Amino acid sequence: MKLNRVVAWAALVIGAIALVADYVYDGLLRRSLRRLLAAVRGGEEAGGVQRGPDGQPVSGITEVPESGETPVAFPDAELIRSCVHCGLCLPFCPTYNVLGVEMDSPRGRIYQMKLVAEGKISPDNPHFYKHIYQCLDCRACETACPSGVQYGRLVEAARSIIPPRSNVEQAARRAILAGALNSDPILSVIGVGSRLYQRSGLQKLVRSTGILRPIPRLNRMESMLPHLEGSLILEPLPPVVRAQGERRARVAFLSGCIAAQFFPQTNRSTIAVLAANGCDVLTPPAQGCCGALQNHSGDRETAKNFARHNIDVFERTGADYYVSNAAGCGSMLKEYGELLADDPLYAERAEAFSEKARDITELLAELGLRPPTHEVSARATYQDACHLRHGQKIKNPPRELLAAIPGLELVEMARSEWCCGSAGIYNVTQPELSESILDMKMENVIATGADTILAANPGCLIQLQHGLRDRGVHMRAAHPVDLLAEAYGADGHLDSNGGDGG
Amino acid sequence: MQPSRFVQELIDIVGERNVLWDDYDLRLYEYDGSVDRALPQAVVLPESAEQVAEIVKLCNRASVPYTARGGGTGLSGGSIPVAGGVLITLVKMNRVLEVDLENLRAVVEPGLVNLQLSEAVAGNGLYYVPDPSSQKACTIGGNVGENSGGPHTLLYGVTTNHVLGVEVVMPDGELVEFGGKALDLPGYDLTGAFVGSEGTLGIATKITVRLVPLPEDVRTLLAVFNTVDDASATVSEVIGKGIIPAAIEMLDQMALQAVEASVHAGYPEDAAAVLLIEVDGLRDGLDEQAQAIRDIAEAHNARSLRIAKDAKERELLWSGRKGAFGAIGRISPEYYVVDGVVPRTKLPEVLEAIAEVGRQYDLRIANVFHAGDGNLHPLVLFDGAIPGELERTKEAGAEIMRICIRAGGVLSGEHGIGMEKAELMGELFSDHDMEVMLKLKAALDPEGLANPGKIFPTPGRCVEIPRRPLAGIGW
Ligand SMILES: Cc1cc2nc3c(=O)[nH]c(=O)nc-3n(C[C@H](O)[C@H](O)[C@H](O)COP(=O)(O)OP(=O)(O)OC[C@H]3O[C@@H](n4cnc5c(N)ncnc54)[C@H](O)[C@@H]3O)c2cc1C
Ligand code: SF4
Ligand code: SF4
Repeated sequence: MKLNRVVAWAALVIGAIALVADYVYDGLLRRSLRRLLAAVRGGEEAGGVQRGPDGQPVSGITEVPESGETPVAFPDAELIRSCVHCGLCLPFCPTYNVLGVEMDSPRGRIYQMKLVAEGKISPDNPHFYKHIYQCLDCRACETACPSGVQYGRLVEAARSIIPPRSNVEQAARRAILAGALNSDPILSVIGVGSRLYQRSGLQKLVRSTGILRPIPRLNRMESMLPHLEGSLILEPLPPVVRAQGERRARVAFLSGCIAAQFFPQTNRSTIAVLAANGCDVLTPPAQGCCGALQNHSGDRETAKNFARHNIDVFERTGADYYVSNAAGCGSMLKEYGELLADDPLYAERAEAFSEKARDITELLAELGLRPPTHEVSARATYQDACHLRHGQKIKNPPRELLAAIPGLELVEMARSEWCCGSAGIYNVTQPELSESILDMKMENVIATGADTILAANPGCLIQLQHGLRDRGVHMRAAHPVDLLAEAYGADGHLDSNGGDGG
Repeated sequence: MQPSRFVQELIDIVGERNVLWDDYDLRLYEYDGSVDRALPQAVVLPESAEQVAEIVKLCNRASVPYTARGGGTGLSGGSIPVAGGVLITLVKMNRVLEVDLENLRAVVEPGLVNLQLSEAVAGNGLYYVPDPSSQKACTIGGNVGENSGGPHTLLYGVTTNHVLGVEVVMPDGELVEFGGKALDLPGYDLTGAFVGSEGTLGIATKITVRLVPLPEDVRTLLAVFNTVDDASATVSEVIGKGIIPAAIEMLDQMALQAVEASVHAGYPEDAAAVLLIEVDGLRDGLDEQAQAIRDIAEAHNARSLRIAKDAKERELLWSGRKGAFGAIGRISPEYYVVDGVVPRTKLPEVLEAIAEVGRQYDLRIANVFHAGDGNLHPLVLFDGAIPGELERTKEAGAEIMRICIRAGGVLSGEHGIGMEKAELMGELFSDHDMEVMLKLKAALDPEGLANPGKIFPTPGRCVEIPRRPLAGIGW
């Protein structure tokens, strides 16, 4: 026990040092680790090479322009004009439901953007910052809006022109969003560290003593940590898994960054279910983070670099589809075309990439699900992940897949299309609001009397698990493909035929 | 910044988190669904009728005007605080207080969203009939304020036919009750006078409404025409034959194009007009009614007819109609909705006259409206960023209203008079009619603080509304 603890602390400290060092030396550690790994794996370059707009690799992270350097021009300002201030979106906005004021409604946020675009409010006005960052970017308002307002693009534009409030904040954001998430070694350190932390008993100690309480954000992050399964050091996903039966498609799988560490079984389920449905599944090891979190927080440049890298990597697979099992990532993949529209080297390729992007549930419905054979007895309720329902407008496919599982009873909860309050890193940056929104969600979840809650996005699962734990409710939280994998009798072992990696 | 004494008193009533007085926040309450703008001096979000009463009393003591606000979806500027003062926003009073299944009644708070009432009682096979196209977001209190209608009010009547009683904070701050659960109470029908008063006679804090069993079945038809005349003639004949559908809605070509871009409801974009017709009730006889309507439409050269196969297709057809105003946002940065009623038989000539106004003022005008009861909604498309265009639009709107009045119609079907049409009231009503209304207003609101500047023309032009000067409130 004692030794365990020492090891856990060591892992945490090393992880933290790695993060800081990496930031301080502008990605130095990441670059050297990547090179090291590439050498070990042989041949193919690992990790993300970042490229400038000219397509040439660039080192380090894109600089965010200092505030005041350039006059404020609101990106996509013409999109503001499609809002006719009818107010039809208001009751669908979670923050408006909690706070009840126009400032935190979609119509009100767009009006604030209009005032900024017209120069009547300065983008560094603290009120503006507050209301724009209190937005979940859940895009429920887009679904409700009859006028076709592209709210997601607008709020990202708004965030991109808000100058960071402090250097520390900027540094932290940059280190986590632009650095850690795109670095396999750091992600592994986080994964191993977190597992050690849980398995050594340290977590129990921390939780029972409340030692982290004086540091609210850290305490919060700690409390969100889901129960981690899988071996301490995760086996990498096989780069190729062959289709079972007749081959219907060749797909390349985006396995995700932090999710791959926290929900390794879901990635395995995804591959198994795809293979069971006649897909060759390629998981390119060189892939990087999709760039969604960076884009949501207004760092479009970093997102673009990530996108260029993934386009390079995925194009090489020659796959028919690019599949994701995380709604937020999938949504981002579908926006690559728009993100890189002004990049002469990448615009067309990005468009083609987005055309091929699919959510796992969408692709299975499109191909036609092969009937699962094993019974899964559960009473399940399904939570619409915002980036699936509102971002990708996918409502029925996951429900149809679940309905095909023998023995599974699906009960709809009230307002399943409402955000759970997870929203990327929102549950860490806006703890109180996030909790109020989670309260509304939990009430509806519990009212169904289900024993299983399903969501097709890792972020939602973390949040829902945290909500259940906090309320002492015993319910399984899983991704729909986890249940599907069980329905195909997949046992977590992936039959890899090795191979060429595409 | 320290709150003024007045604001502090508001805070004492409703608590700090329910008062907005920072300039930044106030700007977010200068708009509603209309084209009007005016800043309040404070916004309060009361949570009980008692708080509303206290606020009104405080306003009386300080001679500060106040305006009620619901969902802020109004199209005539009803909730715009033209004279400044306090904006009383009722969205936090949004509970269903009681559902009386036996007597088919519900008691609700004013901030409840219209559709949420129907959702709350759907499990009991009931619904709340008046269904403004904004029903996803407008509140029952706002509906009472505007006496709102909707597509389904053709057969079943508008808000006033479904409100049995209201609890009101009167302009003097006293809490009174009009009407009640019974259908026909003795004495003056004060509920009737209150519904549609746009917050000028007090603020509703509790509303008793009628619930109606969901129809056993419905048939929804979409009929497509190459001329507006044929579509109008179909409407007249359907009703002339004694069939009263639950709804008859018309969309003209420009509206069709916007809607299709938005919801892909399957409306043909090249048609001159479509009619969306719905019959509902007992299952027996519905198909015969639908067939009769079909025959009439065919006799009037309907180019195609479609009957929704299932609930999903019905919802799709309706989503086009209900999202129509918003969809206009796709083809124009702004729109101005005119709202008037004309006798059904005059529809073709009035529509032609409206098109002429469009040509004259060089503005595009789309039409989406409740054809069954002749309630027109010409939408004048404009761009507020072009200097002078809003003014031109408003003139065109006034011209359209005059056309309606000349055709024997009235000013507002359902969106209310608000500030937009106040100036035109004198053209519709005789001096005598106006005097009676003003006497009622003066009797109930002698100080003239309840939503000043609405319904009646600005004082000086017509009859004087007795009210204290607003300047020099000192806060
Ligand atoms: C896209 C769109 C479609 C629409 N379609 C229709 C339609 O089909 N039919 C229709 O009739 N209208 C329609 N409207 C207009 C509008 O939605 C209605 O007038 C609605 O009733 C307003 O409700 P609200 O809650 O938004 O009220 P608000 O706009 O906030 O207020 C409306 C008026 O009511 C008063 N008021 C609010 N609450 C109270 C209260 N508790 N007591 C007393 N007075 C109060 C206000 O002072 C104001 O004068 C539409 C609007 C939009 C934007
Ligand atoms: S994205 Fe979500 S939280 Fe933000 S305004 Fe829209 S509905 Fe509200
Ligand atoms: S975002 Fe859409 S629904 Fe909301 S106010 Fe604007 S136009 Fe209306």
